[in-house]
Amino acid sequence: MNVIPDEAPLYADHQKVYPRAVKGAVRRWKWATLILLLALYYIVPWLRWDRGAGVPDQAVLVDISHGRIFFLWIEIWPQEIYFLTGILVLCAIGLFAVTSLFGRVWCGFTCPQTVWTDLFMWIERKVEGDRNARIRLDQGPRNQAWWRAKLIKHGAWVLIAMATGGVWIMYFNDAPRTTLAMLTGQATLTVYGFFALFTATTYVLAGAAREQVCTYMCPWPRFQGAMLDENSLVVTYRDWRGEPRGKPSDAGAGDCVDCKACVHVCPTGIDIRDGQQLECIGCGLCVDACDDVMRRLDRPTGLIAFETLKNLAASEAATKGMAPGPERLAKGMSVRTPQKILRPRMLVYAGVLSAAVIVMLGAWLLRETLTLTVLRDRAPLYVQLSDGSVRNAYTLKLANKLRGELALSLELEGPRGLRMVVQDAATDAQGRPVLTTRDDGITQWRALITAPHDLRLHDEHMHISFRLLDASGRVVARQKSVFVGPHGR
Amino acid sequence: MPTKIEKDSVSGQMTTGHEWDGIKELNTPMPRWWLWTFYACIAFSAVWVVLYPALPFWGATGLLGWTARGTMPAQHAAERARIEPMLARLRAATPEQIAADPELRAFALTGGRIAFANNCAGCHGAGGQGAIGGFPSLADDDWVYGGTFDAIRHTIRHGVRSNESDEQRGIAMPAFQTTGMFNRAQVSDTAEFVLSLSGRSTDPAAVTRGAPLYEENCASCHGDRGEGNRDLGALRINDRIWLYGGDKPAIMHSIAYSRAGVMPSWQGRLDPATVNMLTIYVHALGGGE
Repeated sequence: MNVIPDEAPLYADHQKVYPRAVKGAVRRWKWATLILLLALYYIVPWLRWDRGAGVPDQAVLVDISHGRIFFLWIEIWPQEIYFLTGILVLCAIGLFAVTSLFGRVWCGFTCPQTVWTDLFMWIERKVEGDRNARIRLDQGPRNQAWWRAKLIKHGAWVLIAMATGGVWIMYFNDAPRTTLAMLTGQATLTVYGFFALFTATTYVLAGAAREQVCTYMCPWPRFQGAMLDENSLVVTYRDWRGEPRGKPSDAGAGDCVDCKACVHVCPTGIDIRDGQQLECIGCGLCVDACDDVMRRLDRPTGLIAFETLKNLAASEAATKGMAPGPERLAKGMSVRTPQKILRPRMLVYAGVLSAAVIVMLGAWLLRETLTLTVLRDRAPLYVQLSDGSVRNAYTLKLANKLRGELALSLELEGPRGLRMVVQDAATDAQGRPVLTTRDDGITQWRALITAPHDLRLHDEHMHISFRLLDASGRVVARQKSVFVGPHGR
Repeated sequence: MPTKIEKDSVSGQMTTGHEWDGIKELNTPMPRWWLWTFYACIAFSAVWVVLYPALPFWGATGLLGWTARGTMPAQHAAERARIEPMLARLRAATPEQIAADPELRAFALTGGRIAFANNCAGCHGAGGQGAIGGFPSLADDDWVYGGTFDAIRHTIRHGVRSNESDEQRGIAMPAFQTTGMFNRAQVSDTAEFVLSLSGRSTDPAAVTRGAPLYEENCASCHGDRGEGNRDLGALRINDRIWLYGGDKPAIMHSIAYSRAGVMPSWQGRLDPATVNMLTIYVHALGGGE
């Protein structure tokens, strides 16, 4: 077989990434977001919110078995799931807008994959040491020190993964009660199953898969390129300033000393100096690493920076052919322009975002907390009675989304002479049926409406409507329906 | 067949060696774990296909013998066991007691609706709408044997002309023409009189001729003014509801050849709890007394 020496295989073995610790402004931002987001995630299920007796007092709870979502003072029913859809739509458009302004800040700072990977890497550094120590450990013998380090690291990872998987369950179950049940072995198999699943995914994704998730599994990097343009801030190597690379002492070398600090700190193991690439999550740790080196060399920082591609191209064009040195740097920096925020795409995003906000807000403000649904019996379509009168039956469903019970009088609007009886309903002083609602639930009633035989039905279908009045006589709910009789009567 | 693996001059990447009309494919290697995940899925499916129903061998059930239907009896038994406490209460209670207890009543209405659809709707129609030709509507206010809880339950239990026991409903109406008691003209006159009971006669002379025939042969069961007799199951014939049709040919047919609808007895075939649930449901259809 004719083997070509540098033939690349169709499948690549995993190259383990050993990111080095780094300090700097971006890293501080990343720590701040990490602490904030993890604190939110772990604390939120434990917040209480008093809603009265017999109702969950968890501030944020998706109560699947009872079909309710609780969020502070808000409580929605399954048929109002579109509010959740609306929030997801808002999040998506918000993500598009932020990405086209600031690049992949979602990926680099707030994505759970990034946050937990960062946390796992921090533990890894604490246990096994920084980059060089870890490489030495992995290449060295499997001795006692190796086993000890790996056991401690994986043990800590598993504990964090269990906490993570455990807390996720608490968004769907009462946190204190379920935690106690889980600890005493009283929880359901479903709870333990999901706990095991989320523990395993946290451990595998943040411990082992890491950058593989971003590069190969996640769909977002595939199409986020569509949000980026020449005015978006992206992590960029200013090659017009750095090239040609060389030792600090070399005459005619650019600012990049080829120390590879940017490569060593990169959590996805890429070289930012190769330009924009799919694997870059925009975390900006290479910015910190490079700034640190520049400061030590007493050169201006910002060789790697959050920069727009437009400025990069402008600087590059302005400094073409210039020799490395302070003049080239000054020239390149002087042609930069402030980031253009108001772009057509931003206006489109803003428009869609405000439209979605208005629709959501409108839907929320016009949300009915008491709804009456009327289902007319279709079998039989109508019932002929012995005296020739005609009767229709209706199922009334009264959904009360608030706490407390109400007694409401039912009135019928329609041709005079129609008689209404509601099965099992009491009547008020005026003889109207009284329908009671359930505390945060649905009550069902059956109404029989009779047209006496001498009532002329003008049409096969007569329009009627039901309305519910509260004690003060105010109409609180109304629903239309029809009364059906034999043809031509 | 790969032609030539080479370095792409633009990207610096290797090609796979695949070439179509001069277009070459760059080799962007997938991670190896991806490949192994792919193989693992194939291995999983190979096992799955043999264990679970997929192949047309071993009775097409797979080696485990699992079928969706096979899981049904256990699920059914579990569901039965879950509702058994309610069924026990429904068995012990009278329909009146069930109707007075909101929890039992709600359960009975739902269970009754399902039992009705399974057992009764074939003749009585969905929602008990009934049909001309001997299938009484259960939603109206005209009952052959009565619309109280007890009457309804009795009819469900023992049926109509069901050959069950002395408790069964229904006696036979004579076929007046077949037995030679009436000739065709007398059948017609009697029918005209019956029409007059609900104010629909168009032939006063025939009514006059039919009146004594009715009084002599029909009134003992159907009543002097056609008001019917529920003890006997003699239909009320002075209203707007007709079990076998209310026009003159239909009435003449009833007189001449008789009618005798049959309903099976459900006692022994249905759980007493189900009979009680059916009673509650039928009573609530709109005609309960």
